Amino acid sequence: MSSDVKEINNTLILHSASYVNKEASEKTADIIYDAIGKGKKLFLINMEKTTVINSVGVSIFIEIIEKLQENDGRIGFYNLAPIVSKTFKIMGITDYATIYTSETQALEGILSEY
Amino acid sequence: MSVEKEVKLTIPMLPDMELAATRLSEALAEHIQMDEEKKAEVSLAVIEACINAFEHSNSIDRNIYITFTVSPHSLKVELKDKGSGFEPSTIPMPDISKKITGKDKKRGWGLHLMKTLMDDVSVESSNEGTIIKMEKHI
Repeated sequence: MSSDVKEINNTLILHSASYVNKEASEKTADIIYDAIGKGKKLFLINMEKTTVINSVGVSIFIEIIEKLQENDGRIGFYNLAPIVSKTFKIMGITDYATIYTSETQALEGILSEY
Repeated sequence: MSVEKEVKLTIPMLPDMELAATRLSEALAEHIQMDEEKKAEVSLAVIEACINAFEHSNSIDRNIYITFTVSPHSLKVELKDKGSGFEPSTIPMPDISKKITGKDKKRGWGLHLMKTLMDDVSVESSNEGTIIKMEKHI
């Protein structure tokens, strides 16, 4: 995860790494858990740089979703490569987080769903 | 004369070495003009097989021995480790609803992903190691 984190409409937007593995997902989780501790509830991950995500990386995203459920929060993902989208579908992430096509759609969607 | 071509690669069980295997699989998939979607699926299946071996094999020599075989019709990948083996039938089908509520551990998706992404997957495992054979048709 890059340090490129921004906040729009009370939603924290993070960017994922080109290869999302255990280490990359843990960095994402650290940023999100820290923000949850500061009262943030809405998160979006821009995955435009990600060409592949492994199951360990996704498992850490599952932990993040669980933590957000406990804290009345929500996460969404956008700009997914086809293989990342397929991995999320196979693992069932799409049942617990919304996949958007663009940042504009993601910002509108996560606010309306919350 | 066989139209199959074989390429062998040994990778040490070190961080991100799975990406070395995917570079080769992508080059071979390109060679047989596999489409981008299938190429990406093979890469992820190879990554999953490698990280399973890294994390669970208890390998003696900490290496994975990979053989890629390309034919005009398919790409086959065989990954072998010299670990302690496992019983494939004991690996449960992962269920996110159980994982997300903490009833199951979050991990344990590798074999399911491999089987979903590839056309054929077989696992041979004993106390001398594990061999995973996967095939993707073009």
